[in-house]
Amino acid sequence: MTLPFFPPTDDPGPSFVDLLRRVQGSPPPVSVDSDMTITHGTTIVALRYADGVVMAGDRRATAGSSIAHRAMDKVHPADRWSGVAIAGAAGFALEMVKLFQLQLEHYEKVEGAVLSLEGKANQLAIMVRQNLPMAMQGLVVIPLFAGFDLRRRSGRIFTYDATGGRYEETDFHADGSGGRDARTAIKLQWRADMDRATAIELAVEALYEAADEDSATGGPDSVRGIYPTVATITVEGYDPVLESEVAERFSDLIERKKQQGLRP
Amino acid sequence: MTMPFYVAPEQLMKDKADYARKGIARGRSLVGIVFSGGILLAAENPSRTLHKISEIYDRIAFAGVGKFNEFDSLRVAGVRHADTKGYAYSREDVDARSLANAYAQLIGQVFTHDMKPMEVEILVAEVAGPNSDPTDGSRDQLYHILYDGTVFDEDRFTVLGGEAEVIAQRMEASYREDMALGDAVKAAVGALAGPDRTLEPKDLEVALLDRTAERRAFRRIEDPELSTYLA
Repeated sequence: MTLPFFPPTDDPGPSFVDLLRRVQGSPPPVSVDSDMTITHGTTIVALRYADGVVMAGDRRATAGSSIAHRAMDKVHPADRWSGVAIAGAAGFALEMVKLFQLQLEHYEKVEGAVLSLEGKANQLAIMVRQNLPMAMQGLVVIPLFAGFDLRRRSGRIFTYDATGGRYEETDFHADGSGGRDARTAIKLQWRADMDRATAIELAVEALYEAADEDSATGGPDSVRGIYPTVATITVEGYDPVLESEVAERFSDLIERKKQQGLRP
Repeated sequence: MTMPFYVAPEQLMKDKADYARKGIARGRSLVGIVFSGGILLAAENPSRTLHKISEIYDRIAFAGVGKFNEFDSLRVAGVRHADTKGYAYSREDVDARSLANAYAQLIGQVFTHDMKPMEVEILVAEVAGPNSDPTDGSRDQLYHILYDGTVFDEDRFTVLGGEAEVIAQRMEASYREDMALGDAVKAAVGALAGPDRTLEPKDLEVALLDRTAERRAFRRIEDPELSTYLA
């Protein structure tokens, strides 16, 4: 590989996506056959709590009516202080996550400074908008972006629509096929001053309720030991929650439901 | 039509080399040394924001002396090279050796073909992991590249800049295998300063490639911490 060296008047700047376009050229436009079965990822949630934000996502990916993967990760670190969760066409979504992570790291290295949380959220909006031609063919990718804003000292959540519209949520949000059920579950119990354990349990409960109503969302799988991906983002940065801890929160949840006389 | 005067190629190259060396000698020097915890890079640099030492990739750092705008554009090109390579292949496939070669090609090309050579010397350093096996080629690497594209591969330490020879002699005297971080900082700063001067933390830019880091190994050592090592 030769060194990508540009004259100052023709420099692609700190954007990795622009650099790739210059180095590799634009990929040819594709049209997708409607009969093709595409892998889809499903329910993702993010909610604010006392120290920052909790993000969580179920592990199931579907292709049509069959299960494509049982252990897909939909919650990823974007950089040290933010995370991105994805719902929608899995192939495009994972590529978008990879590019977004690189975009932030590349900016940081080239410019020698970290983008503001707002700047990161806007970068992701541009990437979603660039996927619009694909979205028109049914390959929609909906990310959920959350992070700890070091300037405002608080957790923030951003949601997107297929056209690249960017909206800031005040307290919580859930997206994907089970998003509506997950949102309802959070809405009933959310409080601003929740501690870490309560927040994780609420995120896990929301995914559980979504899996209960939505066939494309995977519930806890104690046989295989597969539990949702959960991460917290605080002033300390992005911190994945251990699967064993998530499993514990699940058994607490089921125990609590039984005690309340509810069917789990 | 005017005919250009004939200049012997030897003379032309010598003039260019002299020009580049003079430009480099105007700036302060920089050392890179291998120590037990990784690779330490230290430079005399009064600026807090115009860096001579920076991160290229997970385990790779860049350092340059000479003309700032020239080595900074090389730094950015290196970040671009590494990031596009890691994207196209895998993060593990990005290595200092191929980056150093790409730099040598570019700098050598400019030296022979352009009117003005680059007035820079650069260092590409890569730290090996804690459990790496030296027999499979994974070891600490220091590539020192000169203004004409010549590459030197060093094992223990390397010095860049105008006073490189004197500093290298002092470094040779104080260098020991498997130094701790504090000793390495002292040795590097002592060699940069020489017997007649003492360098304060505000005159220095120090960074390290941490051998035990999980992913991004580059870390700057800034003041409260730097003072404790120099005390």
